[in-house]
Amino acid sequence: MTDTQTRTSAATEAILVSRNAVDPNWRKLAAKRARGRARPKAILKHLLLIVTGLLMLYPVLWLVVSSLRPTDEIFRNPGLVISNLEFSNYSDGWTTLSSPFSVFLLNSTLVVLGCIVGNLVSCSMAAYAFARLTFAGKKWWFVIMLTTIMLPIHVIIVPQYIMFSQLGWVNTFIPLILPKILATDAFFVFLMVQFIRGIPRELDEAARLDGCGHPRIFAQIILPLMVPALATTAIFTFIWTWNDFFSQLLYLTKPEMYTVPLALRAFMDATSSTSWGPLFAMSVVSLVPIFLVFLFGQRFLIAGISTTGGK
Amino acid sequence: MSALGELRTIGTKKVDGGSKVKNENKAAYLFLLPWFLGLSVITIGPMVASFYLSFTKYTLLSPPEFIGIDNFIRMLGDERLHNSLGVTFMYVFVSVPIQLALALALAVVLNRGLSGLSFYRSVFYLPSLLGSSVAIAVLWKQVFGGQGLVNVLLGFFGIEGKGWISDPSTALSTLIILNVWTFGAPMVIFLAGLRQIPMMYLEAAEVDGATKSQRFFRVVLPLLTPIIFFNLVLQIIHAFQSFTQAFIISGGNGGPADSTLFYTLYLYNRGFANFDMGYAAAMAWFLLVIIGIFTAINFWASKYWVFYDD
Repeated sequence: MTDTQTRTSAATEAILVSRNAVDPNWRKLAAKRARGRARPKAILKHLLLIVTGLLMLYPVLWLVVSSLRPTDEIFRNPGLVISNLEFSNYSDGWTTLSSPFSVFLLNSTLVVLGCIVGNLVSCSMAAYAFARLTFAGKKWWFVIMLTTIMLPIHVIIVPQYIMFSQLGWVNTFIPLILPKILATDAFFVFLMVQFIRGIPRELDEAARLDGCGHPRIFAQIILPLMVPALATTAIFTFIWTWNDFFSQLLYLTKPEMYTVPLALRAFMDATSSTSWGPLFAMSVVSLVPIFLVFLFGQRFLIAGISTTGGK
Repeated sequence: MSALGELRTIGTKKVDGGSKVKNENKAAYLFLLPWFLGLSVITIGPMVASFYLSFTKYTLLSPPEFIGIDNFIRMLGDERLHNSLGVTFMYVFVSVPIQLALALALAVVLNRGLSGLSFYRSVFYLPSLLGSSVAIAVLWKQVFGGQGLVNVLLGFFGIEGKGWISDPSTALSTLIILNVWTFGAPMVIFLAGLRQIPMMYLEAAEVDGATKSQRFFRVVLPLLTPIIFFNLVLQIIHAFQSFTQAFIISGGNGGPADSTLFYTLYLYNRGFANFDMGYAAAMAWFLLVIIGIFTAINFWASKYWVFYDD
């Protein structure tokens, strides 16, 4: 323990002791904390957690390190130390397929952006109605909405595919984005309903007395207050859409329309065992956006799954 | 409250807008317009259509031809389908309990006022964000391949490995490991649940002389059962629909020897590789029934072990 830490914890204890005079419960808590600090058991726990964490992240760390190695070394070296940095995997992988990898990154980005905008607009509108308005059959519509969260996509995918292909929308991004514009990600509607319920109703009432209609209450009172829920939605939509494989596999068949997951799959099918280096490099490239979103949006991710229980 | 909790209590309470203006139908339907459109065009419409298609023979080339329950009779004799059901059940009922047990164990360890909680939470949570990506499936294919990372590491201990993915007896296990690897998401939910257990209860138990393990099994665990239940239902539904990882690792065919042929993968192959759309629709409805049955069993059984503190 460093000097400052010792001092602060001593200060904390002083406070606890002084409170002790008022509330006898504090002594127990303080004693508990002191015990917790000194126990070797805590150190053992940290050790266990660190080992588990390392074990879990090892494959991913190794993937990153291996992408900077020549392919033959990938199959020999299980370690994480890089002796000579090799960036050629990245330049090779970037141009292996008929289009450069930037095309696939751009396609994925377009799909992701479309889905985010669609979800933010349509789900927040539906959520406002469910959380704040009274209308005929509300209870049943709400039950239906909750049930669709658990509906497997397979039971609608065949006719949906037929419909979109007859409309000539295969090899466009419409089949991927349109469902989001129509609020079919009910999970987010539910997340936002939960959030809006927590916003004091007095704010709406005040605005109503000032003569605001629902569109204005929604746009000027509720939306600005539900930014955290919107952020959670945007982040989850980003990650789920970026990772999505099934629907992209169905609707995008032309190589120039491929998104990142489809490109990786094509890459894997097209190459022999000699190209694991470039394949690893592009896998790393595909994971970077998710990692960045995770890094900067963790707070919203954790809040999102803590309050609604995730998908 | 979770979506499940919401569904459970919806019969008992009034879901009202609480607004003084009673007739808000017009405004409500306006706000719900995109959702109503989506529900009818993207969800219910195709669901009904797929129900109809399940009684037809349809290859996209000619109009659907009504054949009664022939598809379902064919399913009874389809050995690949029976095998795919077995593979899927194995995957769901082995990986989900292990995943949830790990998630609960780590949540409990992390919850005991350990420093660095948010750091550990992030480390354990990250894999659940990466787990469904193609990139991780590619990685898995190398790691568990004949000359992959696992075998190189085993080589240090003088153990000779094998092609874990090319061997039908172990291929599915690599996918189970991958699902277990993503225990971080349920762990975060457990952590949130543990946080909500009132300190008061634990203190009272302590005063009454309960030991540490008694406090866990008699106080913490019962109060956590609604969240265990919630995780169980959702992870089972989720695992039944797994697709990407088996597709990538097997190259799309569910091999070797159909050992990773998930139900959804077989459905995809029938419908979108062989364009046997009627049969695929029948399979999809059967999947819905299976998931529905297991969810119903879960809800029914929950009466006996889930404790609601409300």
